[in-house]
Amino acid sequence: MRGTFWVIEIINLHKSFNNHHVLCGANLRVERGETMVVIGGSGSGKSVLIKHVIGLLTPDEGSVVVDGVDISHLREKDLNEFRKKYGMLFQAAALFDSLTVWENVGFGLMQHTSLSKDEIWEIAKRKLEMVGLKGNEDLMPSELSGGMRKRVGLARAIAMEPEIILYDEPTTGLDPIMADAINDLIVEMKKRLNVTAIAITHDMVSAYKIGDRIAMLYDGKILEVGTPDEIKKSANPVVQQFITGSSVGPIRTV
Amino acid sequence: MFTKTITYIGRRTIDFTAEVGRGFIMFGHTLSWSIRPPFNLRNIFQQMEAIGVNSLPVVVIMAMFTGMVLAIQTYTGFKRFNAENFMGTVVALSITRELGPVLTGLIVAGRAGAAMAAELGTMRVTEQIDALVTLATNPIKYLVVPRFLAGFLMLPLLTAVADFIGIIGGYLIAVHLLDANPVIYIRMTTKYVELNDIYGGLLKAGVFGIIISTVSCYKGFYTQGGAEGVGKATTGAVVLSMMLVLIANYFLAALLFR
Ligand SMILES: Nc1ncnc2c1ncn2[C@@H]1O[C@H](COP(=O)(O)OP(=O)(O)O)[C@@H](O)[C@H]1O
Ligand SMILES: [Mg+2]
Repeated sequence: MRGTFWVIEIINLHKSFNNHHVLCGANLRVERGETMVVIGGSGSGKSVLIKHVIGLLTPDEGSVVVDGVDISHLREKDLNEFRKKYGMLFQAAALFDSLTVWENVGFGLMQHTSLSKDEIWEIAKRKLEMVGLKGNEDLMPSELSGGMRKRVGLARAIAMEPEIILYDEPTTGLDPIMADAINDLIVEMKKRLNVTAIAITHDMVSAYKIGDRIAMLYDGKILEVGTPDEIKKSANPVVQQFITGSSVGPIRTV
Repeated sequence: MFTKTITYIGRRTIDFTAEVGRGFIMFGHTLSWSIRPPFNLRNIFQQMEAIGVNSLPVVVIMAMFTGMVLAIQTYTGFKRFNAENFMGTVVALSITRELGPVLTGLIVAGRAGAAMAAELGTMRVTEQIDALVTLATNPIKYLVVPRFLAGFLMLPLLTAVADFIGIIGGYLIAVHLLDANPVIYIRMTTKYVELNDIYGGLLKAGVFGIIISTVSCYKGFYTQGGAEGVGKATTGAVVLSMMLVLIANYFLAALLFR
């Protein structure tokens, strides 16, 4: 088996913050073209996990290998070449609040391509249309609702036609209909551009809809990985408790 | 008890050293990114406006009243030994060498320094700085360099304005309130104040600009802990830049004006 068969490999990842051991030996392999959904309780380290995949955090131990290259030990210049292939949607959108909506969406294009301002505006407009925000190009982020911000963040993540997209809770805070539209968009991105994606979510409806496979993060490790059907039938009481959303079970709630 | 104290002192020393080190590393990166193209002129001009233009009214008022009070105080003092003629010289020297650059530095630290720390701090805690990184954009280059260059360029300019307004303020009070002879006042000002006095002051101002923007960007950039953290970073930035401006001022004066 060739090493490049898996596009993203997270190997024995350890990370702690001031003696708080968040990840303790997480392993996950994401295949090219697949959407991997990561589920897990709040504060279990899901965001920390995907921040390692784009080099925002460096592992204390272990590595993240993308297309056969260990990105956790790259120089910034080389890492940035990798990052141009990525799109990331942050949990709270992280829009630049000094820029308009379309400038947010076109930011990557502005920094890394020689496209004219008009061309970038056109692209930004098209991406905003895809997320259902036509006509909001010139608003400032502070004028948007939480759901709208998230969708602008999504438009920004897909603006550079990335090969890998990281979604940090793409549907949290959206109404069910909008959430479904975003799920459709994620599925469509995968079909149309053959993107590889890691999506974090609490929302099991979304997880089953967008995920080719689902991984459960628990106690700093990936507890179980499987297709949605396998996960639904999982014999692991922790997984069962989480996907059925019960307060009774082995997962500590306090 | 004894070991506890030692541990505490040791920990604080390590933290302090680490922070100073991190500050210098950031300063080094800022310098090296400052001279590497492409230059983000839009951001630089925006920051020059934020630091320079917006501080101008406060600086003008500060300089005007400082010049005026200097005239009154030197007049009262110098009259005691019949040296009122030197009023113009003393007012101009005090302003160009010391009060112009230092007070401008303190005002900019309070206004622009606080704004820089709060802005970068907010960008940090709302993950906007992380977002920049994921968009393959170096946040030092994009955020810190424009503020650094703007601080370095605008402080001498603001100081030049303060010098000019301060001297006018002194003149107005001396001539119109204290009945000084305008011809003598102007002659004593131009005769004994050398260009080096003015340049020295402007050079100091440039250094203050570097100190304020570096300290404030550093505090903002490494903010931790939500809205409360932003508040702490902002206060910390203002206090530390003011202290460093005053300390640096002494050493620069000792160096430049011996
Ligand atoms: N930069 C950081 N500094 C300190 N602690 C952090 C940092 N990032 C995350 N943590 C801690 O790591 C834990 C996991 O956080 P996170 O990955 O955001 O959880 P979630 O699974 O809800 O996304 C939390 O306890 C959080 O406080
Ligand atoms: Mg999270």
